[in-house]
Amino acid sequence: MRMFAYERPTSLAQAVALLDANRSDARLLAGGTDLIIGLRDGSERPHVVIDVKRVPELCTGIREDAAVVTIGAATVMAEVARSQLIRLRFPALAEAAAVVGSAQIRNRATLAGNICNASPAADTAPPLLVYGATVLAAGPGGTRRIPIAEFFVGAGVTALAPNELVVAIELPVPRGRVGAVHLRRTRRRGHDLASVTLCCGVDQSGQTRIAYGSVGPRPVLFTDDTGVLASRDSSNEAKAEILEKMFAGASPSKRSMRASPEYRLAMLRVLGSRALQTALDRLAEGRADG
Amino acid sequence: MAETLAIEFSVNGRRRTMDVPVNLTLLDLLRDTLGLTGTKLCCNVGECGACTVMVDGRAVDSCLMLAVEADGTEITTVEGLAVDGEMSPLQQAFLDKGASQCGFCTPGQLMAAQALLAENPDPSAADVQEGLSGNLCRCGCYYQITEAVLSVAEGAHR
Repeated sequence: MRMFAYERPTSLAQAVALLDANRSDARLLAGGTDLIIGLRDGSERPHVVIDVKRVPELCTGIREDAAVVTIGAATVMAEVARSQLIRLRFPALAEAAAVVGSAQIRNRATLAGNICNASPAADTAPPLLVYGATVLAAGPGGTRRIPIAEFFVGAGVTALAPNELVVAIELPVPRGRVGAVHLRRTRRRGHDLASVTLCCGVDQSGQTRIAYGSVGPRPVLFTDDTGVLASRDSSNEAKAEILEKMFAGASPSKRSMRASPEYRLAMLRVLGSRALQTALDRLAEGRADG
Repeated sequence: MAETLAIEFSVNGRRRTMDVPVNLTLLDLLRDTLGLTGTKLCCNVGECGACTVMVDGRAVDSCLMLAVEADGTEITTVEGLAVDGEMSPLQQAFLDKGASQCGFCTPGQLMAAQALLAENPDPSAADVQEGLSGNLCRCGCYYQITEAVLSVAEGAHR
């Protein structure tokens, strides 16, 4: 592995100053499950690696305050998947966190790292989009909030400036009941990247949100406000017409070795229909009762 | 530029203070510096689990962790399972059930299974398969490995 300087700031101000001084010559280290691979194979060649795990502002865990659940940037996937608060309020996010990588990966990889890495296949992205998450970012000018739908710009590219880092991810607690589910398709069960990763959420007002990834350069969100998808009385034809419009946002790569575009588009429709049905069932059961 | 950092941590119960290069992985520190070669170097990208160790009781791929990140932690490697030369119940179960064929993945399987049982003392077969999905066995001993883990679970003799 190439040599680099290793910095371990103990305050957010220090971390931001280090990042601002080094910008694209710096890489942030949280879980390291992507970065260490890049450092070893030479695809990442930073002058300085900034380990943010001792920044107290990022180590706040998972807490609820004033109808917002905040997940600190150093929180690992295993904590998100295990959290009673997340399982109660945002079960589809807990489901997604529980299938990222392997047990070993989930014990290191962070939720913030998953979105900052901005892989099109990031499993936590669809539920964060469906639940309307906000990214709290810090830079030299202070903090700002970025809606998650604006955060993903392209494969590996986020809305963060080179001198900004993620402090936390905020999730508004839904006012009414929501039924939601995360589903994905992989080549093998267990440790694998998704060929399609998808989340569907239906709320009491009749709004349906579907977000999906791994079928284009970035995860995307579509919302149906007509109430057709959320109604059990709608015809399958009426539902299919709306779903087709939602799935028009998919443009899978022809070059991926994981799955062909045809397979991904077919599975997107299968997972989308199944997820809608499960979300409706959960809404009816009163699960995820806010 | 040869950057090093002084770290303090424990390995299999023994406290250690040492200067480590910042670009060294925990895996390389364990194998090449400390001579603990039970932890295996295999895929080196976090796919196979052969390098699994426990950090503060949790299973991690030591190939995906810098040695400097181990500062202040307690590490357990496969060498830390046996007590006074006696195999742990899990190790004995791997032997009894034929869960080890070529043996290369065994240390990683053992550490992942040890961590799984600590968190979930009475897992189902599906829990074991899911919990060990980050550990590949090229001999295909998955059935025997699951059997071995279940045989030392709390509910094994129900």
